[in-house]
Amino acid sequence: MEAVLTKAITKAIETQGADALLRCLRAEDVDLIFGYPGGAIMPVYDALYSYQESIRHVLTRHEQGAIHAAQGYARASGKVGVVMATSGPGATNLITGIADAMIDSTPLVCITGQVGSPLLGTDAFQETDIISISMPVTKWNFQVTRAAEIPEALAKAFFIAKNGRPGPVLIDITKDAQFEALSFSYNKCSSIRSYRPVPPIDMSCVESAARLINSAQKPLVLFGQGVILGHAEQAFKAFIEKTGIPAAWTLLGLSALPTDHPLNVGMLGMHGNYGPNKLTNECDVLIAVGMRFDDRVTGNLSKYAKQAKVIHLDIDPSEINKNVAVDVPVLGDCRESLVALTDKVKRNSHPVWLEAFRECDKIEMEKVIQPELYPNSKDLTMGEVIKEVNYFTKGEAILVTDVGQHQMVACRYTAFKKSNSNITSGGLGTMGFCLPAALGAKLGAPNREVIAVIGDGGFQMTLQELGTIFQTGAAVKIIILNNQFLGMVRQWQQLFFDKRYSSTELMNPDFIKIAEGFGIEGMVVEDRKDLSSSLKEMMEAPGSYLLDIRVGKEDNVFPMVPAGASVSEIRLA
Amino acid sequence: MKKDFTITAFTENHIGLLNRITSVFTRRHLNIESLNTSESQVPGIHRFTIVLHSTEEMVKKLVLQLEKQIEIVKAVYHTDEETVFQEISLFKVLVERASQPNLIERIIRDRNARILSVEKDFMVIENTGHKEENQELLSFLKPFGLIDYVKSGRVALIKEDKPLKELRKILASSKKEKIASESNENN
Repeated sequence: MEAVLTKAITKAIETQGADALLRCLRAEDVDLIFGYPGGAIMPVYDALYSYQESIRHVLTRHEQGAIHAAQGYARASGKVGVVMATSGPGATNLITGIADAMIDSTPLVCITGQVGSPLLGTDAFQETDIISISMPVTKWNFQVTRAAEIPEALAKAFFIAKNGRPGPVLIDITKDAQFEALSFSYNKCSSIRSYRPVPPIDMSCVESAARLINSAQKPLVLFGQGVILGHAEQAFKAFIEKTGIPAAWTLLGLSALPTDHPLNVGMLGMHGNYGPNKLTNECDVLIAVGMRFDDRVTGNLSKYAKQAKVIHLDIDPSEINKNVAVDVPVLGDCRESLVALTDKVKRNSHPVWLEAFRECDKIEMEKVIQPELYPNSKDLTMGEVIKEVNYFTKGEAILVTDVGQHQMVACRYTAFKKSNSNITSGGLGTMGFCLPAALGAKLGAPNREVIAVIGDGGFQMTLQELGTIFQTGAAVKIIILNNQFLGMVRQWQQLFFDKRYSSTELMNPDFIKIAEGFGIEGMVVEDRKDLSSSLKEMMEAPGSYLLDIRVGKEDNVFPMVPAGASVSEIRLA
Repeated sequence: MKKDFTITAFTENHIGLLNRITSVFTRRHLNIESLNTSESQVPGIHRFTIVLHSTEEMVKKLVLQLEKQIEIVKAVYHTDEETVFQEISLFKVLVERASQPNLIERIIRDRNARILSVEKDFMVIENTGHKEENQELLSFLKPFGLIDYVKSGRVALIKEDKPLKELRKILASSKKEKIASESNENN
C-alpha cells in the first residue's frame, strides 16, 4: 500500500522494535495509553518503563476496560485513543470495544502483541488470529513481523484512524519484531493512494440542495455525530439559523447544538421526542447531516419520510442510499459543505411549521415529561434524577452513559451547553461501556466534570474498573440508576412478551460496600427528600463518588416507537 | 430483479485483503458465484473479478462498501452485456470410453474444445466459454466416463474505458502528491 510519508524527523536511530513503537507514539503526540500487559507484548512494556516521563500507561483491570477507556478518552479529547494488549485472550478481549468504536466512528489505534513469527499458525500458547478476527470490525489492520515495518505501519495507522470517517485500526506485532533491531526514523503519513478520506464537494449537488431547501415549506434537519467529528458545530448553527429550519438530533449528535437553542426540536428515534418523530412523516424536505439513518432512528423504513425529498450530507459515500433513498447527496466534510450550502440558501423562517413541533411538545410534556420529571409516585424516577443533575452541572458536564433505559432517559433529559459532551455506546449498544469510558473521558478532559450514569446491570459488567478509577484517582462521578432489573429488556417483556420476565430481575450486591473496597465513597438514595443533598455531596466530593439511586422497579421509558412500527406511530404510553 | 453482475475491484496487493473483501459479502448473507484475482494492467495494482447474482440496488451498495476498504483503489460493477467474459473448464475422461468413433472429433469441432493431455487411462479436455457452454459440455461428457472436472471463476474485461481511466487518474494524483511532498522535504 503506497503512502505519502512526510515530516521526516532527525536522522535514523539504531534501536529495537519495542522502543521504535513508543517513539512512533511520541511522534504522534500520544502521552496517555490504556492497556494490560502479557507475554507477547512484554518487550513493549519493558520499553515503556523508560518512557514513564512522556507516556502515561493506565493499567485497567480487563482489556475490555482498556478499550472502552480509550474510546471515552478519544471522544472527550478529540485525539486518537491508544490501547495495548497482549496476544490471544488479551487481543480478543478488545473485540467488543473495537466493534463499538467501528460503528460509532471513534478513532483508535489498538496495538496487540503476537507470538513470535516462527510460531504463527502453530496454535502456540496465547496465539489467536486477531488479524482475521478483527478484520470486519476495524477500519484497517496490519500484522507486523519485522521491526523495520513498525514506523510505516504506525504512521498509516494514525492517519487512517483519524482521517475521513474515523474508526479503529489494529496493529498486531509479533514478539520477535519487538526484539529485532532496526534503523529507526519516523515520517508521518499524509496520504495513502488507495484511500480518499474526504470526497470532494460537488457544487452542483450543493446548488440542487439549496434549491430544494429554498422552496421547502416544512423542512426538517436531522443531525448526527458527523457534526461533532467534523468540528462543524458553528457551521451547522449558522445553517439552521439562516434557514430557520427545526433540527432534531440522533443519540450521537446530542450536544452538537445546545439543548436550549430555539431550533433544537429534540431527539429522534425509538425513545426520542414526539414532535421530531411524528413530523418526520409530514416534512417536505429532510436534510440529514452526518448521520446514517440507523434503524433505531427510522423505525419501519417502508413508512419513513416517503413524502419528503431527502438531502444527505456525509463524508462516507457508502452511507448514501444505504438505508434511505436520497434525492440529493452532498458528499464531503460537513464543515465545508455546510458553509457552501449556507452561502446558497436564502434567509428564511418557518414559524407555522415550528409551531407544529411546539404543539407536539405540549402533548409530550403533559403525557410523558411532566409525570417523569415531577412524579406523584412514591418511587424516584430516572428523569427526576437527571433533572436534579442538570441543576448541579448547569449543562457544562460530560455525560457518559451505558445502554438501556437509563441511557435513553439521561440522553432525553440532560441539558447541554457544550458540544462533544455526550459519550455513549450508540450503534453497538454495549453494556459495560460506561464505567471505563467515563474514566477515559475524565483523563481526556481533566478540567471537565464527568458524570457516569449507569444501570445496575451494565455497572456489573465492568465494575472491576472501579479499581482503575481508584488507582488513577480520576474524579469520575458515578450514578447508578438502580431498578434491580435489566430494565429495557424487562420493558419489552412487559409490552411485547406478555410480562413474562424471563431472566431480567437482578439480586444486586451492596454497591456502596463494593465502592468502599475500592476506596470510593458512596451513598444509597431511596427517598426524594435525599436526592438533592446527596447529589450535592457527590458533586462537591474532590474525588470519585458513587450514588446508588433506587428508582421505580417497573418504570418504562416513553415515548416509544415499537420495533417494526413507523416513526409516526410513536406511543406516548 | 436479480441477475448476474460482474464486480471489478482494483486493489493494493496485501495479505488479508481477500478476507476483507469476502466479509463485505458474508456479513450481508450473500453468496459469491465466482471470484478471480490476478495482477492488472496497471503495475502494482491487483484486480479482483467477482460474480454476484443479485439486484442492481444491492450491487450498487456493495461496490460502495468495497471502495470504503482502505486498500481498494476503485470498484465498479457491470452487467454481462457490458463485459467480455470467459470461464475455463477441464474435464478428465476415461480414454477407453471417450475414444469411441467420432466422439472426440465432435467435441473438438463443434465446441472448440481441445485435448490438453492424453495419459494411459484418461485424457483431459479443456473448454473455454461462458458458464452455460461449459455446463453443456459437462452434461454431454457425463455418459462417456467423466472421472473429474474443474471450472474456473469468471475473468472479465470491461467494455468501457472509464473505470481504468479513473483508476489511472487516482494513481496519478497520488503520485503528484508524493512528488510534491518529497520536494517539500528537500526544500
